[in-house]
Amino acid sequence: MRRFSWFNATSLTLGFAFLYLPMIILVIYSFNESRLVTVWAGFSTKWYGELFRNEEFLDAAWVTLRVAFFSSTLATVLGTMAAYVLVRAGRFTGRTLFSGMIYAPLVMPEVITGLSLLLLFIGINLDRGILTIVLAHTTFAMCYVSVVVSSRLTGFDQSLEEAALDLGASPFEAFRLVTLPIIAPAVISGWLLAFTLSLDDLVIASFTSGPGATTLPIKIFSAVRLGVSPEINALSTIMIGLVTVAVITASLISKRAAVNQARDMQAAERAA
Amino acid sequence: MRRWILIAVPYIWLLALFLVPFLIVLKISLSDTALARPPYFPQLDLSEGWAGIRAFLSELDFENFAFLASDDLYWKAYLSSAQIAAISTLLTLLVGYPIAYGMARAAPEWRPTLLMLVILPFWTSFLIRVYSWMGILSTEGVLNQFLMALGIISAPLTILNTNTAVYIGIVYTYLPFMILPIYAALEKLDESLIEAAEDLGCSRAKAFWLITVPLSRNGIIAGCFLVFIPALGEFVIPSLLGGSQTLMIGKVLWEEFFSNRDWPVASAVAVILLLILIVPIILFQRNEQRAREADQ
Repeated sequence: MRRFSWFNATSLTLGFAFLYLPMIILVIYSFNESRLVTVWAGFSTKWYGELFRNEEFLDAAWVTLRVAFFSSTLATVLGTMAAYVLVRAGRFTGRTLFSGMIYAPLVMPEVITGLSLLLLFIGINLDRGILTIVLAHTTFAMCYVSVVVSSRLTGFDQSLEEAALDLGASPFEAFRLVTLPIIAPAVISGWLLAFTLSLDDLVIASFTSGPGATTLPIKIFSAVRLGVSPEINALSTIMIGLVTVAVITASLISKRAAVNQARDMQAAERAA
Repeated sequence: MRRWILIAVPYIWLLALFLVPFLIVLKISLSDTALARPPYFPQLDLSEGWAGIRAFLSELDFENFAFLASDDLYWKAYLSSAQIAAISTLLTLLVGYPIAYGMARAAPEWRPTLLMLVILPFWTSFLIRVYSWMGILSTEGVLNQFLMALGIISAPLTILNTNTAVYIGIVYTYLPFMILPIYAALEKLDESLIEAAEDLGCSRAKAFWLITVPLSRNGIIAGCFLVFIPALGEFVIPSLLGGSQTLMIGKVLWEEFFSNRDWPVASAVAVILLLILIVPIILFQRNEQRAREADQ
């Protein structure tokens, strides 16, 4: 911090306080004995107990996890294919439409995506439930996956694939043995992104879910609309905790991978 | 052969679950209904060939759009969404720029950590981040208690259920979208340019205005669009933090659909919202292209 060092320090401190204080306050109040946000009545974990006895929340959490798992897996397969097509397939009929459909859902307001999918499901008489939410989440998440994967695909040398093909690999083998290991970090972060997007989505899930398939965000939203509730504070704290642990673990793993890669490169240079 | 399958699978998926649904919305927005549920008239009868398609097209009309124009609720909602989105984008810029600037000027070994701290909230539930403000801004909330304890105010302020709360919510949840592109632009900035300006007699503030701000222009524009576009169609923030007088088009569409069950009108609202969004998106793309050309 060379210039304006007092100014930089203040703006960073205030900025990060603004980003994190609301969540920290939420976590603190989840341990409040009282039902009211206003009064601190002593430390208690009773709202966590209430939460785990609430079957509606547990059911919704289970639905959400299943939806997120299936839709993010499907979205990763489709999104990786789409990225490969965009970066490697060259010209084909309708390419502009294809790339338009990859990028459009990223800026489409969720209310419109949700509404249009619901009208489709009604039009083809598909009963709304877990399947329809999975289809909807896969569609918007595959676009995010393909953006993440295609930036990695553009970044690396195509001649590696060509070399594999020259050496007698089939196109599928070249993909599996050469391309996939190189783009793997992007594919994994695409899957994680799709998974979190699905866990988080309220609007599209509300439009495409039916009776018997309530996801956690829908449940939280209807509970929260009535006001602040200590059970939701406890639930939020659990979710914030899980995300923090997951992100820190992921960044440690990728840091170690980077260190290993650098070491391998050095070893290769010494050997050469 | 393999290439053909590779293209076809994601292509057909997107056609079936993105383009077709949107065409259905367009069709329903032009349709009439007596009972507010399908089928909507006219219906397309492909068995009659061209005559059927012509009859279908001739019966579509703009009645629902005329209804939107005649009821000033909708116009007010579009205008007030645009206004709320614009004001909160400006506020996000004012809050985000100093943070991005501080990050770009921090010691290089600190930057990855700071970057991760900005990205971390992205991974936390959006709904929970909005909800966390409900407990802070309510009349008996943490903020009012804090201000009263300090003696700054004597009676609690009403913040929750007003537009102010919506601004706070949008600035808070979209702040990382603003910080990241500005940080990317500022990090690339060549420090010697500022030193040169100061050597030539510029004050620090003047060098900031004449050098730093113009050179981070692309980051600022990208950040503003990344906040403005999603804020325009926002539904969660106005319905949790806003009051009954907060009018945003995403909320209107939701209520038209779930409460009034008027699907043709909801579809028309969606079509116009998209048309309004297309303008900023085209502007954004043009700017991106210019930035790319400038880079080369």
